[in-house]
Amino acid sequence: MAKRLGRYTLQLERPVSIIGYAAAGSRKEAQGPLGKYFDCINEDSTFGETSWEKAESALQKCAVNKAIKKAGITPGDIDIMLAGDLLNQCIGSTYGARQLGIPYLGLYGACSTMAESLLLAALLTETGLANRCLAATSSHFCSAERQFRFPLEYGGQRTPTSQWTVTGAGACVTALQSGAPYVQAVTIGTIEDYGICDINNMGAAMAPAAFATLCHYFHDTETLPSDYDLILTGDLGMIGTQLLHQLMDEAKLSITANHKDCGLLIYDRLKQDVHAGGSGCGCAASVLCSYILPQLQDGRLQNVLFIATGAMMSPTSVQQGESIPGMAHLLHLSHYFEKEDASC
Amino acid sequence: MTAKDYQAAAQKAIPPSKSYKNIPMAFLVGGLLCVLGQAVINLALSFGLEKDMASACGSISLILLSAVLTGLNVYDNIAKHAGAGTLVPITGFANSMVSPAMEFKSEGYILGLGAKMFSIAGPVLVYGISASVIYGLILVIMG
Repeated sequence: MAKRLGRYTLQLERPVSIIGYAAAGSRKEAQGPLGKYFDCINEDSTFGETSWEKAESALQKCAVNKAIKKAGITPGDIDIMLAGDLLNQCIGSTYGARQLGIPYLGLYGACSTMAESLLLAALLTETGLANRCLAATSSHFCSAERQFRFPLEYGGQRTPTSQWTVTGAGACVTALQSGAPYVQAVTIGTIEDYGICDINNMGAAMAPAAFATLCHYFHDTETLPSDYDLILTGDLGMIGTQLLHQLMDEAKLSITANHKDCGLLIYDRLKQDVHAGGSGCGCAASVLCSYILPQLQDGRLQNVLFIATGAMMSPTSVQQGESIPGMAHLLHLSHYFEKEDASC
Repeated sequence: MTAKDYQAAAQKAIPPSKSYKNIPMAFLVGGLLCVLGQAVINLALSFGLEKDMASACGSISLILLSAVLTGLNVYDNIAKHAGAGTLVPITGFANSMVSPAMEFKSEGYILGLGAKMFSIAGPVLVYGISASVIYGLILVIMG
């Protein structure tokens, strides 16, 4: 069973493999540098639906069904589904999952939901409480804009710090068996608030959370950033990335050499007019499931730290002048499992 | 790094807005809209309309143009470059009414379109009308 390392990290003792994963997106994501790696692309961002919320459910359903299919199983083989999104009451996920008949737990971790759902899925699988778990999340530019910002046709100028919500979804199926990629360890994030109040600068609000979680993980595991091929943050964007590098440098744990951010990978920032980069639950989820997991599976990447970051505010808290708390959960994903031979 | 130091670092990391582009664009587009409004007024005057009526024609035409362009999903693409040039004239007000009306139609004509079309323009109406009432009172008392 998983054991605790230090105060924040849980080390998995048995090999939890991600046996199926899939990423879904729309036109803008397809036009981005990672477009060719997506499993399902629907050029029509309405997904043939009559509302943006329904479109997001269809998008998530697309990723979930594909992940289940790639795992070579049926929905009936999954014991627990963990999912969430950015919409009020997480309707993107519940409406997407209502025909699956899988025991369901809804989560809200804002843009950190992919890491939150996947770490819980890995733990439930590792402990044997579930044979197979499904972790999924999504975001849709149009449903997020209308909930958090302005109507789509409103004629405003976006600030240079603003990020573009990714229309994307990712889903992973976990099982206790051999086969890369594996989940080695997880670190549950703490809520960090450095007093950033600008809703158009989420990267700056979330960078301290990524910093705290990374420090906790390195401390608990007694490892260094150079021990990993890739340190992948969720959606810090250009400004959050710059600030995270500053924080890490100051803590003498520089990650500049092997750090990448999903928000900067998914779009061509300048050509696609996304200002500081991509954001949203679907950003980290779709980059992980389209571009990173295949590389972990075939060994091009051996050790990856995946840290999805979330800005835990609501439109109400922002209007009331509250600052934006950030949160970041971490998963250590790998091509091999250290204790594989002993456990299998 | 303390929270205060971090906020200072975050402030420093923000790239500046492209004022060299935004300000001339706002001036150009805003000015063009005013020229267009004036052209409509002059046209109305040439048809023999009174000055008040001709001014109203100018405003109505710009509102109609803005509403139609919003409906055709064109307005936001112009506004992205024009900024204050399309926001400040009456076109911005029309767009701020039409865009939520379009967006929230999916929640029904009463609680969606009807209620939420004022979500952006509402404060302008409330404080605009309040200011005019205060101004009126001052005028009555002082005048």
